[in-house]
Amino acid sequence: MNESLTLLGFGSTGWGDDLATGVVVTVTLSLATLPIGLGLGFLLSLAKQSEDRLLKLSADIFTTIFRGLPELLTLFLVYFGVNAALKSLSTATGLPDIALSSFVSGMVALGVVFAAFSSEVFLSAFRAIPHGQREGGMALGLGRAKVMVLVILPQLIKIALPGLGNLWMNLLKDTALVSVIGLADILRQAQVAARVSREPFLFFGTAIALYLVLTILSSIAIGGIDRWTKRGEVAK
Amino acid sequence: MSGNNPALAAPAAPREKLKPAGFVAIGLWIAVAAAFAFYFVRAFDVTLIERFGWSYLHGLWVTVSLVGVSFVLGAIVSLPVALGRMASNPIAQGLAFAFVYFFRGTPLIAQIFLFYYGFGQFRGFFETIGLWWFFREAWYCGLFSLALNTAAYQAEILRGAIESVPKGQWEGGRSLGLSRQVIFFKVVMPQAMIVALRPYANEIILMIKASAIVAIITVYDLFGETRQAYSRTYDFQTYVWAALLYLALVEALRHATNWAERRLTRHLKR
Repeated sequence: MNESLTLLGFGSTGWGDDLATGVVVTVTLSLATLPIGLGLGFLLSLAKQSEDRLLKLSADIFTTIFRGLPELLTLFLVYFGVNAALKSLSTATGLPDIALSSFVSGMVALGVVFAAFSSEVFLSAFRAIPHGQREGGMALGLGRAKVMVLVILPQLIKIALPGLGNLWMNLLKDTALVSVIGLADILRQAQVAARVSREPFLFFGTAIALYLVLTILSSIAIGGIDRWTKRGEVAK
Repeated sequence: MSGNNPALAAPAAPREKLKPAGFVAIGLWIAVAAAFAFYFVRAFDVTLIERFGWSYLHGLWVTVSLVGVSFVLGAIVSLPVALGRMASNPIAQGLAFAFVYFFRGTPLIAQIFLFYYGFGQFRGFFETIGLWWFFREAWYCGLFSLALNTAAYQAEILRGAIESVPKGQWEGGRSLGLSRQVIFFKVVMPQAMIVALRPYANEIILMIKASAIVAIITVYDLFGETRQAYSRTYDFQTYVWAALLYLALVEALRHATNWAERRLTRHLKR
């Protein structure tokens, strides 16, 4: 027991500080991916309900591809594929080498996956808002942009929040996959520690406990946001 | 001027709006498709198919059988868990909740590592209870983690579906003098299963995607074979093949579900 505590402790004898940096990397990657996924997903949901058939089709192709591919494969396609393309581009043009780090690859891959799923959440939330809301806004003389920001969005966030909360949990868990291409997140640090100390059960168990803490904190935060979006409703 | 009055003119047939954004977007996809076609024609190598074609098919079979077996095992485990979640006994409730929260709240890859590498630490213990043959094999460990993971998700699907059946169905069954078991299996479950069909199909799709992770612990599923082919050739098209196979599998399942749902609910159509 004492031995385990030493191994998990901070300082030169334990792996506590390495695991802590892993937690920071995991959280940073998730938070950095979130705006990409949300923004792209929102734009995709707009494209899916546009009258323009070509735009709708393009958005549907995007969703079909990135919802159907395993996240791990998407990650490898971005990490190896985009890097190979960038390399052949730089040799063809003579520009200096640019390569995606594992962090950026993870951000891109998890971002497009998040966008593919969140676009569906946004789409069904859009459909749940009665048409009269938009017409009412127009009747008050608001422009299209103002109707969107002042009338539609506040209701949209409220309806989409449970779905988006689930996607955030998935994102948080999917960041563990990026450890496979070498990102020093929680799981990677645990793997290194397990190999060196020969205590795999202790360290993978700790990693799982850390992820559990993160998901519990997230669900508390999402619950708080949920209450905040519903502050205008009658208290029950 | 009066001839141009829009109020008097016959309503024009609603024309489809084609805006530049749509052309740009679809143009982008056409460009991507063309680039891939160009790349494939240039990089296409018959010897690669001769070398790896069978191993890809074998990998596909491993993926499908792994998902199939773990889905069925998960379904069996999920029944007591779902009943525990709905039970009034606080101990059963707590245990079921902890099980579901543990498997849904942590990454599958971490669970697989815990079972494969972590349990290896207790080799002596597993040898004495005669289970070492199970936890020694990567395939069994992948199966074990996938089955428990999906059991947690399926328990929630099952619970939601059973709770969606109106209480009157239970009461109606009881007034006919049916026993609880008969009501559960003959009255409630068939109705719950129609509700659960789509979530179950989604769960299978999620499992197919998640099962690629077992390649990391050296199971040669579709993704494992792909990684091996790539490490031998450094040819990127090996990954594109895998992507096409996974997409075909998932899309086939999605369309099959749509068809099955239409067929199973045809008596509910009005």
